[in-house]
Amino acid sequence: MSNAGITSPGGLSVSAATATPVAAAATEAANGAPAPAPLLSSGAAPAASGLLTPGEFHAFQADGATFLYLVPSAAIFRMDDASLAVLRALETANRTPAELVQRLGDRFPAEEVTNRIDELLGLRAIGLLGKPAPAPPDMLPPKGFPLTTMVLNVTSKCNLACTYCYEYGDDRIVEADSKPRYMDLETARESVDFMFEQGGSNRLVHLTFFGGETLLNFKLLKSTTAYARQRARAVGKEVDFSLTTNATLLKPEIVDWLAENRVGVTVSIDGPREVQDGLRVFSNGMGSYDIILPKIKDLLARHRTRPIGARVTLTSQNLDVKHIFRHLTEEIGFWEVGFAPVTSSSCRDFSISDAGYDKMLGQFEELAHDFLEHACADRHHGFSNVKDTLEEIHKGVSKAYPCGAGLGLMGVATDGDVALCHRFAGSDEHKIGSVSEGVDVDVQYDYLKKHHINSKTDCRTCWARPICAGGCYHEAHTRYGTTATPNLHFCEWVRSWTDTCLRVYGAISERNPAFLARFDA
Amino acid sequence: MALKPINRKADRMVTYLANQGDVPPAEQMAGPVGPAAGAVEGGADENAEDVVALGGRLPEVPEIPHIPLGCSLVFAPGWEVDEAGGTAGLCQPVERDLFDCHLACFWPAHVPDQLNHSPDWTGKCAAAQNDWRKLEMIFP
Repeated sequence: MSNAGITSPGGLSVSAATATPVAAAATEAANGAPAPAPLLSSGAAPAASGLLTPGEFHAFQADGATFLYLVPSAAIFRMDDASLAVLRALETANRTPAELVQRLGDRFPAEEVTNRIDELLGLRAIGLLGKPAPAPPDMLPPKGFPLTTMVLNVTSKCNLACTYCYEYGDDRIVEADSKPRYMDLETARESVDFMFEQGGSNRLVHLTFFGGETLLNFKLLKSTTAYARQRARAVGKEVDFSLTTNATLLKPEIVDWLAENRVGVTVSIDGPREVQDGLRVFSNGMGSYDIILPKIKDLLARHRTRPIGARVTLTSQNLDVKHIFRHLTEEIGFWEVGFAPVTSSSCRDFSISDAGYDKMLGQFEELAHDFLEHACADRHHGFSNVKDTLEEIHKGVSKAYPCGAGLGLMGVATDGDVALCHRFAGSDEHKIGSVSEGVDVDVQYDYLKKHHINSKTDCRTCWARPICAGGCYHEAHTRYGTTATPNLHFCEWVRSWTDTCLRVYGAISERNPAFLARFDA
Repeated sequence: MALKPINRKADRMVTYLANQGDVPPAEQMAGPVGPAAGAVEGGADENAEDVVALGGRLPEVPEIPHIPLGCSLVFAPGWEVDEAGGTAGLCQPVERDLFDCHLACFWPAHVPDQLNHSPDWTGKCAAAQNDWRKLEMIFP
């Protein structure tokens, strides 16, 4: 697997457990035994007298400095020479503080070493053998957790026939004829009422229109938006709108309406003509690039109230990420571009092979380094994958769930059934309620219990779990037939990508720390 | 603090630790390690730590061992009988016990050695409660 650029610090390993069960009992005796004669010339007594052992962390280097990403707290600290020396000494064997002081005595004063030991213990970067750090609480979110985003599937119909589509392709969850093809006005209004009610204490709620192709039901978009604004005023809240479209149905009056209503727009587009026309086709096989290009240019020229992004699905046939990125940003003018590998069984001809994922990662890393150069010069760079991950790293997000599905985000099907997210909208198996009857709290909590990070044994020792938490439920469902399994086929990929983002973050913190403040919002 | 906090979570941790008062962090996380050291009289046998678990000698500073729900206290787990020699009612539910023994029990015999020989033993068992049937027997 490619890991271009910065290397991991030589030898500093990642350790998962602070003690083995057998050793746990044994160390009790060690702790109970008389402490070794003090070796400290300063007279400072070490805080702990037992054997010290590395805790759980991921060490990375950026700009010549070494950083620790602590797990599961997700805090990042920059190491100094003495703390690094302590960790390196513990890498080869568990040692007592006194042993460390003695071992490092020719390089660091005793007091400095004991201070570092105390700091590292406080941060749980190291631990006492046999005294593992207490496990994070196995807590479920409080009942009545407020909804932040509701995704409304206004239609399941689409005027394109993209070969890889999860809604219509071979890996579909919902049969197209099992639900109404279009949402009706009454259901949409009920959904809006449901959204404000579920929003609880949130002052701002997001309403996202999704499909199918959303603009096939433009009439409903208009009236629902107006109704949601009216309801927001009545209940003293704010509402924000966005939608995803394939851009085929954009026309001047729709663009005007989007701009006037400050609707955030994401365009699904896969790249330059040869790429777009290979996969995103009409049902007669005709490519869509020439149809959408002038419409997108008109949208970008006249919809100036919100930045407009592109969303690219990567398949085995389009993995030239850099080329696609340049085309969509520099040549077409999108503000930002997000990439996601296609969700499919591994047997499809468009599904990405292991070698394909390696190629994709290499290109992601190159774009991430471009991002770094831009960030150091305080310039915008539109690679949203890296931006989103950097924001999570900056805030120190440590997730119990990979995403907000079924919690802060819910998807509503055309008939008003509420599902985990838009990708499951309409699936009876993943239904957690309906807009008319509300969320079935028992079903929701059963789901939350099953999908908690503590239920994912495979993730237990992974240092990337604060950010990954097992990955997309829909991806897991497609691969393994269940949403509860972590996406094991992505583990190496996720760890490499997270490491890259950490190194970019570390480098920005060295070269232009002021840039990071923009992630505070 | 000599270690420089870089992200927001690190800032919060530093603030939290600063508000913990004068208790050294080692004591906060590890309990009274320091005082306990002086409580033991006499020189400890060099090999003491090797025999504690097997010999059943209680450590001077007792810490409640982790005992999986339903495990027999009469014999070590792996020899599951209750006081009357019966097996009913032990290890409930069995799937939890299986996994609990594997991860946290001090008795090492009846689960595969995942560190050296069977690293993928739990690969298909994401959640013991659901997937315990996928834990397969290992033959040496």
